[in-house]
Amino acid sequence: MVPLHWYLWLGSLMFCIGMAGFLIRRNIIIMFLCIELMLNGVNVNLVALSHYMQDLRGQVLTLMVIAVAAAEAAVGLAIVIALFRNRPTVHVDEITEMKG
Amino acid sequence: MVEIIFGYFAITILIISLLVVTSRNPVHSVLWMLLLFFHVAGIYLLLNAEFLAATQIIVYAGAILVLFLFTIMLLDLREEMQIQRFTRGWPAGLLISTGVLIVLITGLKGFKTTFVGQWDIKEIEEATHTKALGKVLFTEYLLPFEIASLVLLIAILGAVVLAKKKLKT
Amino acid sequence: MEYTVWIPFLPLIGFIINIIFGKKILRTQAHWPSTLAVFGSLVLSIMALWDVINGKTLNYDLYNWIISDNFRVSVGFLVDQLTAVMLIVVTSVSFLVHVYSIGYMHGDSGYPRFFAYLSLFTFSMLMLVMANNFLQLYFGWEAVGLCSYLLIGFWYEKRSASDAGKKAFIVNRFGDFGFGLGVIIIFLTFGTLHYVPVFGRVEEIVTQSVNIYGLEINLVTLIALLLFCGAVGKSAQLPLHVWLPDAMEGPTPVSALIHAATMVTAGVFMVARCSPIFDLSHTAMNVVAVVGGLTALFAATIALVQNDIKRVIAYSTISQLGYMFLACGVGAYGAGIFHLYTHAYFKALLFLCAGSVMHAMAGELDMQKMGGLKKYMPITYWTMLIASLSISGIPGLAGFFSKDEILFSAYAAGGVGRFVWMLGTLAALLTAFYSFRLIFLTFHGDFRGTEEQKHHLHESPPVMTVPLLLLCIGAVASGWVGIPKILGGSNHFGEFLSPVLHHPHYEGVTHSEEWMTMGLSVFVGVTGILVAILFYIKNPSIPVRLAQSFSFIYRVLWNKYYVDEFYNLIVVRPVLFIAKSIIDAFTDRKIIEGIVNGLPALVGWTGAQLRKTQNGILQHYGIIMATGLLFILVFVLIRAIT
Repeated sequence: MVPLHWYLWLGSLMFCIGMAGFLIRRNIIIMFLCIELMLNGVNVNLVALSHYMQDLRGQVLTLMVIAVAAAEAAVGLAIVIALFRNRPTVHVDEITEMKG
Repeated sequence: MVEIIFGYFAITILIISLLVVTSRNPVHSVLWMLLLFFHVAGIYLLLNAEFLAATQIIVYAGAILVLFLFTIMLLDLREEMQIQRFTRGWPAGLLISTGVLIVLITGLKGFKTTFVGQWDIKEIEEATHTKALGKVLFTEYLLPFEIASLVLLIAILGAVVLAKKKLKT
Repeated sequence: MEYTVWIPFLPLIGFIINIIFGKKILRTQAHWPSTLAVFGSLVLSIMALWDVINGKTLNYDLYNWIISDNFRVSVGFLVDQLTAVMLIVVTSVSFLVHVYSIGYMHGDSGYPRFFAYLSLFTFSMLMLVMANNFLQLYFGWEAVGLCSYLLIGFWYEKRSASDAGKKAFIVNRFGDFGFGLGVIIIFLTFGTLHYVPVFGRVEEIVTQSVNIYGLEINLVTLIALLLFCGAVGKSAQLPLHVWLPDAMEGPTPVSALIHAATMVTAGVFMVARCSPIFDLSHTAMNVVAVVGGLTALFAATIALVQNDIKRVIAYSTISQLGYMFLACGVGAYGAGIFHLYTHAYFKALLFLCAGSVMHAMAGELDMQKMGGLKKYMPITYWTMLIASLSISGIPGLAGFFSKDEILFSAYAAGGVGRFVWMLGTLAALLTAFYSFRLIFLTFHGDFRGTEEQKHHLHESPPVMTVPLLLLCIGAVASGWVGIPKILGGSNHFGEFLSPVLHHPHYEGVTHSEEWMTMGLSVFVGVTGILVAILFYIKNPSIPVRLAQSFSFIYRVLWNKYYVDEFYNLIVVRPVLFIAKSIIDAFTDRKIIEGIVNGLPALVGWTGAQLRKTQNGILQHYGIIMATGLLFILVFVLIRAIT
């Protein structure tokens, strides 16, 4: 039997790797991928807890997260396309139009 | 035995995660991501969540990643290979992430579940996982389910509007 | 009797019509709404008087004005004997002044504005006298002050007129401050501002006292003195009399209505109205009596040497107001109100006559440049002569009865009363003298003005002389309602007022003493007139020689005891100095402008600094967010461990 906190550590590691990727990469598409990675880390945690607590609500929440992730990817990538049309770059640190 | 399988999946996932984050070519990143999703699905199987594993593969691998690939192909990213991968402040990002990781690891080490729900493994196996999940989803969580569908609808509309070439006035 | 509500509101309607339509539509017909409105008020006032004589009174709340916790004030009307008398005085004089103004103000560019202000004033004054609570009294009090300010400065393009308006307003502030405090203390003490409960319960607090910086003061005395402060300001008593002579810068009908007959008597009315409070404080009564007596004499002495025809009458007004306070101070409120009522007619008449003279003299005010006007303007001469006889206390005329009653009451009251009786009798002598000095300088002898003025001399039109004749009836006959008992009459006036103002009963005063005071007052009046004849008809060189041999006294009187100069030194200059050097130079420029300009500068600077964090680079926002997450996690972890 695998202890619960192994799963939790795995989820945390995925989350933190995703977060580090989001913070250090310049490419906006890879940043989106990193967000997916973070969401997956959370999902792993949710499913593991759901299993160990003998309750299906965690898995229901995972389904919701997947739905939101799909929506987010669709909208986000649409924004990337719209952005790229105006400025042919995918490098986030070059896109500073929202500067105060 | 289960520990070994878990260990395989976990280590593979971590290595692939690092590859996703560090790949110079976005297409490679996406392909590594594809592999990663399969392994996460494996983890779900280990946790007796067959339906979620299937969803993971169908939705993430089948839909979302394809969307990513399409986008990359729409954009011309040839010069990406030669350019600096990381932002100038990357050590700070790494430091913060490491800090969060340390705190999470220490915090979760002593985590214990006290709550026990009504769906133990035997019951799920008896009802089959899909049916059990469906029961919860369509009774207790019907409203959030409908809201999720709305979220997807709005996202579709938003994506179409944003990606159109020119807005008609 | 609810129709009395219309008495104040008719002039208000007149004011509204005039202020809206006067300049564009009514123009030279602007007198109609105001005059008709005040005529309506006069008719209603006569009806109200009739009802009151038949024993009806009214205490009626029209609507709730302010409700805040236990602070409840209504707009309400109290029509009793005192109010009825005041209503008649205010509306009749106001009506005649309105009519007179049609002639006097003819052709003035501010004609509609003038009538609008007159209506507003009449409304305010009627609200003041009809109030059934202290706050409405205060409202009327301030509103008449405002109208006074507006009308004194009516010819605002003239510097001296606008200055005089400001002076009147500011000097009144000193008194009104005390009055306001008095009203506040009344509310704090009784929890209500309505007259009836306040006067009903005032005896309960007669033994209470308050401690002000270690000084133990009886509460009733404090209230009475604070209220009297307001009366001193509004009725131009010592030491706040300085505004009234300057107020003569306003048009003469205004001087007649506001600064002789009605507004300045509001102080006397208020003291009489609050007589239940004043009666309980011996100290306050003595203060009122002494202030009144001193003012009566003080103002009369100044009037002796002034050459400005309106200023002489103005000082005369101050002096007569002093008489009224003197009467109130010795407890003879009825006599005070009686004098208020007769004085309103003969003093308004004096002013309107002076206005008529000015009209003929093209605005000339200096009596030294007049003379011999008798044959040019006979109606003005005779009416003014009657008014002067009346004010001098010649038997049979209105002024005699009221002045005699005051002097007798003062004498009979004893104590301080004897002292103020002497002051009053002396003032009566001076009053007769300066009144006839004015008559003789103006109407007798040879004309001393320019040829051009002489050519211009004429009697005023009927629209001005008819009000003079009507007021003349008042100056003669208004006293006949209060003929003293020893002359075979009965004091109807005092008895009529007795339900409101208690009637003093003098014991141990014999008839012979009453004859003595009356005889003395007639004697001094006649003496004053005779001396005036001697000085200004028989031997005009006497006053010149007197002025030379007593040049110090003459200069002091000519300069009105240097009171204005004194106030200038101790009040005006320090205030201006503080305003310029501290408030303007330091508080305003450094502190207020520093704050006003400094705050936006600080906000702007802070914004500029904070803007640097909004650099548009997504990763920076992400790092900040992640740092926040880290802090929250650490916090949760520490909480979980401990």
